[in-house]
Amino acid sequence: MIVPTEWVLMLSAVLFAIGVVGVLVRRNIIVIFMAIELMLNAVNLTFVALARSRGAVDGQVVVFFVMTVAAAEAAVGLAIIIASFRNRTTVNADELALLRG
Amino acid sequence: MHEAHEALILHSQVLWLIPVFPLLGFLIAVAANNSHGLVKITSPLAVLASFAVALASVLSLTGADEGARLYQHVYTWIVAGPFRADIAFRIDALSAVMVLIVTGVGFLIHVYSVGYMGHDHDCARFFAYLNLFMFSMLLLVLGDNLLVLFVGWEGVGLCSYLLIGFWYEKDENAAAGKKAFIVNRVGDMGFVLGLFLLTWSLAPAAGGALSLDFAHVEAHAHTLAPATATVIALLLLVGAAGKSAQLPLYVWLPDAMAGPTPVSALIHAATMVTAGIYMIARLHVVFEMSPTALQVVATLGALTALFAATIALVQTDIKKVLAYSTVSQLGFMVLALGVGAFATAIFHVMTHAFFKALLFLGAGSVIHGMSGEQDVQKMGGLRTKMPVTFWTFLVGTLAIAGAPGLAGFFSKDEILWHTWSSGHTVLWLIATITATLTAFYMFRLLFLTFFGDLRADHDVAHHVHESPAVMTIPLVILAALSIVGGWVGLPEHWLWGNKLGEFLAPVTGHPHAAEHAGMLGEGALMAIATTLAIAGATLAYVFYIRLPGLPMVLSWRLRGIYELLRDKYRVDELYDAIIVTPYVWLSTMLWKVVDVQLIDGFVNGLAGAVAANGTLWRRAQTGNVQHYALAFLGGVVLILAYYVIR
Repeated sequence: MIVPTEWVLMLSAVLFAIGVVGVLVRRNIIVIFMAIELMLNAVNLTFVALARSRGAVDGQVVVFFVMTVAAAEAAVGLAIIIASFRNRTTVNADELALLRG
Repeated sequence: MHEAHEALILHSQVLWLIPVFPLLGFLIAVAANNSHGLVKITSPLAVLASFAVALASVLSLTGADEGARLYQHVYTWIVAGPFRADIAFRIDALSAVMVLIVTGVGFLIHVYSVGYMGHDHDCARFFAYLNLFMFSMLLLVLGDNLLVLFVGWEGVGLCSYLLIGFWYEKDENAAAGKKAFIVNRVGDMGFVLGLFLLTWSLAPAAGGALSLDFAHVEAHAHTLAPATATVIALLLLVGAAGKSAQLPLYVWLPDAMAGPTPVSALIHAATMVTAGIYMIARLHVVFEMSPTALQVVATLGALTALFAATIALVQTDIKKVLAYSTVSQLGFMVLALGVGAFATAIFHVMTHAFFKALLFLGAGSVIHGMSGEQDVQKMGGLRTKMPVTFWTFLVGTLAIAGAPGLAGFFSKDEILWHTWSSGHTVLWLIATITATLTAFYMFRLLFLTFFGDLRADHDVAHHVHESPAVMTIPLVILAALSIVGGWVGLPEHWLWGNKLGEFLAPVTGHPHAAEHAGMLGEGALMAIATTLAIAGATLAYVFYIRLPGLPMVLSWRLRGIYELLRDKYRVDELYDAIIVTPYVWLSTMLWKVVDVQLIDGFVNGLAGAVAANGTLWRRAQTGNVQHYALAFLGGVVLILAYYVIR
């Protein structure tokens, strides 16, 4: 059975919205980080759904790029979080506000 | 007319050396160390070299046709449309006299300075300034156009300022230097405006050409309208009044005595202060176009002469007496210019350079011997202790007082004669009274300094000594010049007549024929002036030798007048009240209100507004990433909403 493209897009929108809310409301930066990954994957889902419905491969190619970059981003991001935690002994985003004006 | 004169221009290749030697001396002195004596040799030597070149040049000129002049074009300075100015030098009769005075007397004063300033810890700086002054002064008298003259004019003003404030550790010396500089700025403003107007007014007659060459001015000055000529002449007179210390701008010269005494002799008696006289004599064609201006010049000179002489009567500082005497003698020269006797004015410049340099250097010798004391009330009896200084000072006094046969006699009587014969009876009377006063105050100075008993402290009295030969030899030479210097300008029909007048005539023109000789001839005027001078000297003798108590009684009886004279007519106080105080008030107002409150207030207010704005908006910068992310989201939603709704 073939899932209609609209359904996939709706699922993708829901996932993206969950990611946005996670970024905005959670205090733990690791969770925020995970929420960002969720947003990325929601977008990936959109790409593949549209690629299939249009019968073109461009969207799938972009998804591979996004996944590669997301892997690198995860490595760098986690390293920053660990370094920050070593210095500040916290992963609470509210307490990491050094640039307050 | 221009071409006819070309034959009289003798091209010279060496004129540039005359100013360059002192410039080299200046550079050496700048590089030299204070401790070794190099500058004491190079500085006088530089001036001597200039003197030698100048003398050789002038001698080569005397063999040439009447009215010939040496000329050297060094460098084309400015060419701008119709305007053209060259660095070019000339020696004609007028420049010849001036350049010989400047280098000759200048050399003697340099030699004297070696003795007077040799022990100063900063003597290299002193000689550097002195040589720079010589350079500027030689530019002034040798320049072939008014622009080169003006460069020299400003240069000597600068050196005057530097040398008056030479001992700058004392505030009053520095203040005197600034006063000289600022008062001269007032005069220079008139001078510059006069030059602009002159250049511009001559252009129509010269086919639009703008030039400040003397030849250009001489060729076209006769085309000036009388009113224009009057304005130009009066503006130039303002410049001359500043430089040559005439009313009302003379106030800087007495204060200029704060400088070392050789400076007073060189700059403020013999050379720089005569620059105004030279300038008017040089531009006499312009002044002759305006009888009104000449009348103003003559009146100003006579009044200055009398005014300064009366102040000199009661001053007690030896240099102040000589300073007011200089102002007074400069007044005589300006009077001569005003009655059209330009050559006579230059004659008096020359004799005055001799005897006034002598008197200043003599005063310097006295001050040197008295361990720095300048108050004549603490001197006396130096006749026996400083014989060379005394005898030479006596010669200088006799020369300035007009003793028959000495330098001042001939030049001063020539001025009186031209004043009388040109019909200025009142001015003649003023000048004659001034001459009498001159004899009085000079003999007063002589008697107080060299006769009677020494009134100094024991310490000073113990140290009184004659100055070394390096100082007395220039005194002796100047004394000799003060004796014989007048014989080049005898009255007409006496022996060889007025040689200097004939020499200068091609440049300065022949004085007007005597229209007003009337009942009194030149001999009679001489007799009157001489009698009055003897009377003045005798009065000084009575006052200060025979009845030494009399001056005190008189000064008490006439204390109103006495105090007015002693306070120099309170002119400085008047200027303070009407110019300096309002000016300081205005400046303070501009500073504290306009600058601090308005301008700074505006700029600081602008910065404050920006800062307040920043304080407001910094609240948006929380440092919390999630707030930023929310802002992104808001932005994205807005953009999407725009595309959706559209």
